[in-house]
Amino acid sequence: MSSTLGPLLLSLQLATVTTLILLVLGTPLAWWLSRSNSRFKPAIQAGVALPIVLPPTVMGFYLLIVLGPYGAIGRWWVEVTGEALTFSFTGLVIASCFYSLPFAVQPLQSAFDSMGKQEIEAARTLGASKLDAFFTIAVPLSAHGFLSATVLAFAHTLGEFGVVLMVGGNIPGETRVISIAIYDHVESLDYATTHQMSLLLIAFAFVVLFSMFMVNRRLVKR
Amino acid sequence: MTADSNIEARYRVQRPQFELDVDVRIPMRGITGVFGESGAGKTSLLRCIAGLEQATNSRLVVDGETWQDDDVDFSRPIHEREIGYVFQEPRLFGHLDVRRNLEYGQRRTRRGDIDFDDVVALLGLETLLDRNTDTLSGGEAQRVAIARALLRAPRFVLMDEPLASLDRVRREEILPFLDRLHVQLAVPIIYVSHSIEEITRLCDYLLVMDGGRLVAAGQLQQVLLQVSVPALGGEEAGAVIHARAAKNDTDYDLTQVEFDGGEIWISGQHEAGVELRLRIRANDVSLCREVPKATTILNILPATIEAIEPDGGSSELVHLAIGNERILARVTRRSRTQLGLQPGDQVLAQIKSVAVRNAPAARR
Repeated sequence: MSSTLGPLLLSLQLATVTTLILLVLGTPLAWWLSRSNSRFKPAIQAGVALPIVLPPTVMGFYLLIVLGPYGAIGRWWVEVTGEALTFSFTGLVIASCFYSLPFAVQPLQSAFDSMGKQEIEAARTLGASKLDAFFTIAVPLSAHGFLSATVLAFAHTLGEFGVVLMVGGNIPGETRVISIAIYDHVESLDYATTHQMSLLLIAFAFVVLFSMFMVNRRLVKR
Repeated sequence: MTADSNIEARYRVQRPQFELDVDVRIPMRGITGVFGESGAGKTSLLRCIAGLEQATNSRLVVDGETWQDDDVDFSRPIHEREIGYVFQEPRLFGHLDVRRNLEYGQRRTRRGDIDFDDVVALLGLETLLDRNTDTLSGGEAQRVAIARALLRAPRFVLMDEPLASLDRVRREEILPFLDRLHVQLAVPIIYVSHSIEEITRLCDYLLVMDGGRLVAAGQLQQVLLQVSVPALGGEEAGAVIHARAAKNDTDYDLTQVEFDGGEIWISGQHEAGVELRLRIRANDVSLCREVPKATTILNILPATIEAIEPDGGSSELVHLAIGNERILARVTRRSRTQLGLQPGDQVLAQIKSVAVRNAPAARR
């Protein structure tokens, strides 16, 4: 049982950490994308959306190089912490953040877009600073966007396979997430465990998505 | 605030198909109307004053305090400009109930000279406080928006066609509240509108804009007589006079009012002594040389012709002095020639109808 639960817990841990980081970093990015008329905006939007179209192996390959001990980030990390980023949980988190970025940014951006600037302008004329108006008006009015971003980033990280395989490998307790474990069990023809894990994942994913759509319906009604 | 404190606003905005280039002084008292066709730059001017729109050559001085000056690269951020802004749409915050919408600005102001319950009573919102904003009618929502702007304790309020998005019934529902604001609150209001009805009812001072420029400014009564300004001539040309109810005729549902020039009869019952503002359209005034023998017109007053201006095509606008008040009459060029009307002539003005504003006369 622990061989089933271990990878699942690791996956949940990875998805939680990644989602939190993406909400913190993705929110200002999405806000900027929604409000800006910069000529760099299309390029940045394209960059954010890349992980949707690229095969995970392509992302994984370059992340492996950059995060590896001879890569720009990887070398700096080794110098600072003395540990390698590749084949570690931390490396996996960084890779997941890139991989799941569009799934957090795009729902947020579309929520911000649909809000327009009317309420924000009203709040500003009522004495709210930009930051104040953002937290007291923009965030609550975009609640459904935050919900979608959270669920999609979380679910997408949970289901990630290719990038993990390239960057993280298959180290139990460190990088052996549930998708890797399932692949492993299939390879060794252990279909019973594969079923167990896969059904668990299907049930979990369904419950999460179902809850999101239920909550979303209530948010929209309000 | 001194008696003659004012707002000086200078802005230039250039966009394709649009230009704003103004340098205006707006008195910090009463209601100042900003009148003009759509596209005249009225809204842009308000947005510049609020800091919501970028302009060049900007300068904004409020009661001697510089809020914005491009020459020294200074601009007070939007939230530090102590203004109330009422937009065309209510722009209420959907995630907050009415009470918390109202408190939003009040919590963020340091000026504490405005009382929550007073403003709620002034706009008749007592029963709406716990409602969600999406359950309000258009008129109710706009009243909440006005109260929300007032509770921010602004130095002055900017209103951008606050009634434009409402139908006639809702508009009539809100106007009395605006009348009350005028009387009961000392806060100056800058009121943008393209409706001469609203302007003549509410405003004391008037700016007229056309093509992004200021084309007339001054006391409402005087500006309305500048009929060479396109927005003020034509079908809507008319004058405003101040009067006081004197005598009631309940049999015929009329009231006789006195003004600085005589008496006239108006429809309806008004309590004696009440100050009234009367709008008399040029189309409703005709002229004659002798007292007509039999006529349905109740009000026939001796007047002196001061000037005659062309008004396009077949008609002309005649400026008339009746005592110390001035009104306008539209006549055809042909009638003017037949009667030989000249400036300086004594004539009789027949006033066919008068629009009564229950709003009290301007506080001058």
